[in-house]
Amino acid sequence: MQAKNLIYDGTFDGFLSAVFYVFEFKLKGVTIQNEFTVQQGLFSENERIITDEIKANRVWNGIKSKLSSNGSYQLYYAFLSEVVGVEDLLLDFIQYAFSQRKKVDKDYSHPSILKTAQIAKSVGREKHRMEAFVRFRLTKDDIYFASIEPDFNVLPLIEKHFKRRYADQKWVIYDIKRGYGLFYDLEKVELINMDFPENFNFTKTDDAFFATQEFEFQKLWQDYFKATNIESRKNMKLHIRHIPKRYWKYLSEKQPN
Amino acid sequence: MSFQRTQEKLKILADAAKYDVSCSSSGSKRANTNKGLGDASGMGICHSYTEDGRCVSLLKILLTNHCIFDCAYCVTRKSNDVKRAAFKVQEVVDLTINFYRRNYIEGLFLSSGIFKSADYTMERLVAVAKKLRLEENFNGYIHLKSIPGASDELMREAGLYADRLSVNIEIPTEAGLKKLAPDKKREDFIKPMIKVKNEIIQYNAEKKIIKSTPKFAPAGQSTQMIIGASGENDFQIMQTSNHFYKNYNLKRVYYSGYVPISYDNRLPQIGSAVPMLRENRLYQTDWLMRFYGFDVSEILNEQHQNLDLDVDPKLSWALRNLHEFPVDVNTADQRMLARIPGLGMKSVFKIINARRFRKLNWEHLKKIGVALNRAQYFMVCDSNQFEKRDLTSEKIKGLILQNSTSKYQKMLSNQLSLFG
Repeated sequence: MQAKNLIYDGTFDGFLSAVFYVFEFKLKGVTIQNEFTVQQGLFSENERIITDEIKANRVWNGIKSKLSSNGSYQLYYAFLSEVVGVEDLLLDFIQYAFSQRKKVDKDYSHPSILKTAQIAKSVGREKHRMEAFVRFRLTKDDIYFASIEPDFNVLPLIEKHFKRRYADQKWVIYDIKRGYGLFYDLEKVELINMDFPENFNFTKTDDAFFATQEFEFQKLWQDYFKATNIESRKNMKLHIRHIPKRYWKYLSEKQPN
Repeated sequence: MSFQRTQEKLKILADAAKYDVSCSSSGSKRANTNKGLGDASGMGICHSYTEDGRCVSLLKILLTNHCIFDCAYCVTRKSNDVKRAAFKVQEVVDLTINFYRRNYIEGLFLSSGIFKSADYTMERLVAVAKKLRLEENFNGYIHLKSIPGASDELMREAGLYADRLSVNIEIPTEAGLKKLAPDKKREDFIKPMIKVKNEIIQYNAEKKIIKSTPKFAPAGQSTQMIIGASGENDFQIMQTSNHFYKNYNLKRVYYSGYVPISYDNRLPQIGSAVPMLRENRLYQTDWLMRFYGFDVSEILNEQHQNLDLDVDPKLSWALRNLHEFPVDVNTADQRMLARIPGLGMKSVFKIINARRFRKLNWEHLKKIGVALNRAQYFMVCDSNQFEKRDLTSEKIKGLILQNSTSKYQKMLSNQLSLFG
């Protein structure tokens, strides 16, 4: 039999719809691919999966009943990693989970459980780093704006954190890499797409867009950052392990004067 | 707020506060209410790291570096010729709020030199916290440093607005304190600590009956000791620490390797190295006490007064207690698993979970993340390939050190480098 390659729209619901399809037709040796990263296999047949929220929910509820809450979280986190081939890993995880009577998400001696947990951990780490390293800048429109470029698609994971914390200010967190952001308007958080001026520099605070006092607070923060260092304990290796260089360009304290 | 004036003060008063170790912002239960600003109910977040590798989670500043005391180890001491400055209450509030809104910080850590008197200074610290809570509806984290000798009433008020209170005992032994800080008395540190402890106990009791009892220092209290300034050994340090954990319900004790800042001949001279490795070993011991079920006397005692620098304290304990090993990871209880060198608590829990599915072998353990380099000599698992040779402690230590690359190796090497 020819191997099947299921193509979905990149959403979590789309992926779960594909999983539904696998179970419905009892497919074997199948792969699942995001339509944006699809790679044509030589001997495989492509099948486009239509995202179906009802089927997706059925699968998701099924998964939740077969795993601890931590296990289903890990699965969702790993999905957001966008790692090549993660769909197949998760399919294997899900199939294993449904084949056992016991909850299997803590069975770390099973390869796909362990691998999923490891990927989920990296995603969790970046989620946490984004909660830490987002730097808001006050715009002329009184909106606090932050740009980020995370390795993994963590915006859906950090929404709640920022909504709870910054309940009394309007803010935007924009993922430059994926071209979408979150906008909180004092009531609710919405997904937004924005058009930026040509040559817009996301790391600079341009006085055409940002409030005048914005520059002052950035300067104060930079000064604070410098003053708090203890020269005789300097340890750049440790410093870089804590703040990997790829995050530096959006950190106000790491900007050259 | 005048930008330039504030800028100058911030440089001085942040620089003077940087020797305070605590920057923890976790463990409070202050959730965002009425759509205010901030939330201190989750885990702490380090928003940045200094170039020396320490976490920056709070805006850590002094209200002033004027001080009437002359403690030898302190940059802010009266006799030190440094630029002095003092923040206005409103300036600290503005800095905190604006830094918080930009997601730079989790909150404020406010300490102070002592101007005029303990109460006069404490009153101002409390005023900052009060303004943040009541006028700005700020729910972020606030850590106030209690001023030794401050009155009970002020300590009580501080606890109503702050998440954490701390008073630094500074020097681990009374004799050391007498030598280096002749103006200070140990009772002055202890009294506010007892007050806070009692208020917390009372709060916990009242909350059970009346839900709306105002919070009191929900993240508890902590203290700090300077290490390597007054000649005490690790046994004395950890005994003091243990005493504070047991008798004052402290959340944390911090250890701060002394950074030489003066030419005072009672102290290590400027240029001598900061005892960073020793500091690290003390923190490891502290964790073994708090999370691994060790009694401090197992690690440090009359026979063993200083921690080894070349191996971590758990390994050091295991090498002195080889009769307790090897431990079978497939059957041992949590307490013994936690005592295997190279096994952290996370690995312990993973093992306990994973072994319900199948017996674990070396391959499984490696994947779980156990540091086998150390652990292999102290455990058996589902495999007949284990270290069953009858090795002596010295031999095991030698083998482990041979196969490890410690970041501190350079400091430990007693070989002279000829061309270094």
